[in-house]
Amino acid sequence: MSTASALPHAPAAALVPGATAAPGEAAPVLRAEGVYLGFGGIQALAGVSLDVMPGEITAVIGPNGAGKTSLFNTLSGFYRPQRGRILLDGRDLTGVRPDRRAALGLARTFQNVALFRGLSVLDNIKLGGHTRLRANPLTALWYRGPARDEEVALRREIERDVIDFLEIDHIRHLPVAGLAYGLQKRVELARALAMRPKVLMLDEPVAGMNREETEDMARFILDIQEERGITVLLIEHDMGLVMDISHHVVVLNFGQVIGQGTPAQVRANPEVVRAYLGDEATRRAAP
Amino acid sequence: MNPGFDWLALAEFSAIGLLSGGLLALVALGFVLIYKGTGVINFAMGEFMMLGAYFLYTAHVMWGLPLWMALPATLAAVALCAALVERAILRPLSGQPVISVLMATIGLASALHGGVDAVWGGRNYEMPQLLPRKPLFIGDVMIPGQVLWSFVLAAVVIAAFTLFFRRSRTGVAMRAAASDPVTAYVLGIDVRAMQRLTWIYAGLVGAVAGMVVASMTSLSPALGGAALGVLAVIILGGLDSIAGAIVAGLIVGLLESLTAGYLGGKVRDIVPYVVVLVILLVRPYGLFGTRQIERL
Repeated sequence: MSTASALPHAPAAALVPGATAAPGEAAPVLRAEGVYLGFGGIQALAGVSLDVMPGEITAVIGPNGAGKTSLFNTLSGFYRPQRGRILLDGRDLTGVRPDRRAALGLARTFQNVALFRGLSVLDNIKLGGHTRLRANPLTALWYRGPARDEEVALRREIERDVIDFLEIDHIRHLPVAGLAYGLQKRVELARALAMRPKVLMLDEPVAGMNREETEDMARFILDIQEERGITVLLIEHDMGLVMDISHHVVVLNFGQVIGQGTPAQVRANPEVVRAYLGDEATRRAAP
Repeated sequence: MNPGFDWLALAEFSAIGLLSGGLLALVALGFVLIYKGTGVINFAMGEFMMLGAYFLYTAHVMWGLPLWMALPATLAAVALCAALVERAILRPLSGQPVISVLMATIGLASALHGGVDAVWGGRNYEMPQLLPRKPLFIGDVMIPGQVLWSFVLAAVVIAAFTLFFRRSRTGVAMRAAASDPVTAYVLGIDVRAMQRLTWIYAGLVGAVAGMVVASMTSLSPALGGAALGVLAVIILGGLDSIAGAIVAGLIVGLLESLTAGYLGGKVRDIVPYVVVLVILLVRPYGLFGTRQIERL
């Protein structure tokens, strides 16, 4: 597959013995290996392993409390697993701080929109480009020369690749606090895109959205994956969306992976159906 | 109206009051920076002022360094102290209740105060003049040069910080790290570095204010208490607003000057607080403060 050779750090996989891909098979860009995470008596993640393949949309589904958000927080570095490893392009991230992980190419959004309410749409999005600016606090205080050029370049790039792309041109100077919920989620997505991530992690991207907003978001996610080639990992309860856009679906329950595969395989997996799709969701999301 | 009323005196009291409000606003900025950045009122602000003044005195007068060397050296030393304080005291306490951190800053204030007393002793030093003394006359109203230039200096520093927080990436990142550290982390912002920077900037602001105040009065450990008088200013302005610090600084400066002029120096320290109290009854979040619903 050509995707494998396009990976900039593909050879680094050899550094980690477990991460070496079988010949002829692409290496995962993001991988969790036997991750255990407990809080007191509660085992949030009990040996979760999953591979996120480059250029694909991977969805994590599961009932409430299955460990989906704990998994995201472990991947982005807020929780440190008691056992197991997180690998990005074969590089062990387990002890790496969240801000460094962001710089290495992990971007995410939050279940509840986490925008900076005092800032405008554009300022929020520009913060996504923060890690890519090199000016240090001293040169930034002296707001001329390189620091300024860098800002201008970043702004241009963001206008073109993010703001126009996500069709939020008309609101870019507004404060985020007054925006409709669906737009706020789009701005948060824009901010994550401005990080130029390798892997974009979306925590319930369409939660609380109406049908039209959901369809818009689905289209944007597909565009991000198809046009930009960005790998997407998402948590979502909207089965219709998950089954429509995902290449690979991972089902969590009680902190364990109880099934995974293509949407069709997952839908046909009896254990998944029993544990999750069982009563409620089959009715809601029947094809 | 009283025909013998001295309008000239009123004009002078008012002008001096408003202008001396600039320094109050500058010290208030030091408080606001740390409150915005870390949610804590730094009770050791006055001690940063002391450090600035004592370091400058040591370098400039005791060691005889010229001002152009002594000044940057002093600022660098204070920045280092502020960074150390952040690393050694504030960071270990992050995540602790605000009240604990607050108590720690009070403890820090006592420690610094005692340290200064131990090293330099409790006596009064004569600071060299940093600002021109030549008075400015507007008509018959005389404005002392130091008051005028301290205002100009404060205005420049405050304007620079305002621009920095509005326009520069680091400034915006500092605001972001302050308002939502978790999200800031996810965006790749080094939240700890931002907090360290917050303390450094606040320390520098305090040091500048301390040098100026000491050069206008004299240098003694009493300088550390000067910042506490600014509490009225930051509470009036709203703890997290730079604009509030400016306006409140001017108001309190004006009130202090008028009461000192008409009612005497003893009342001076009381009247501003009474006025602040009354204003807060109407606007509990201060003039420009953020209305807080509830923080998690």
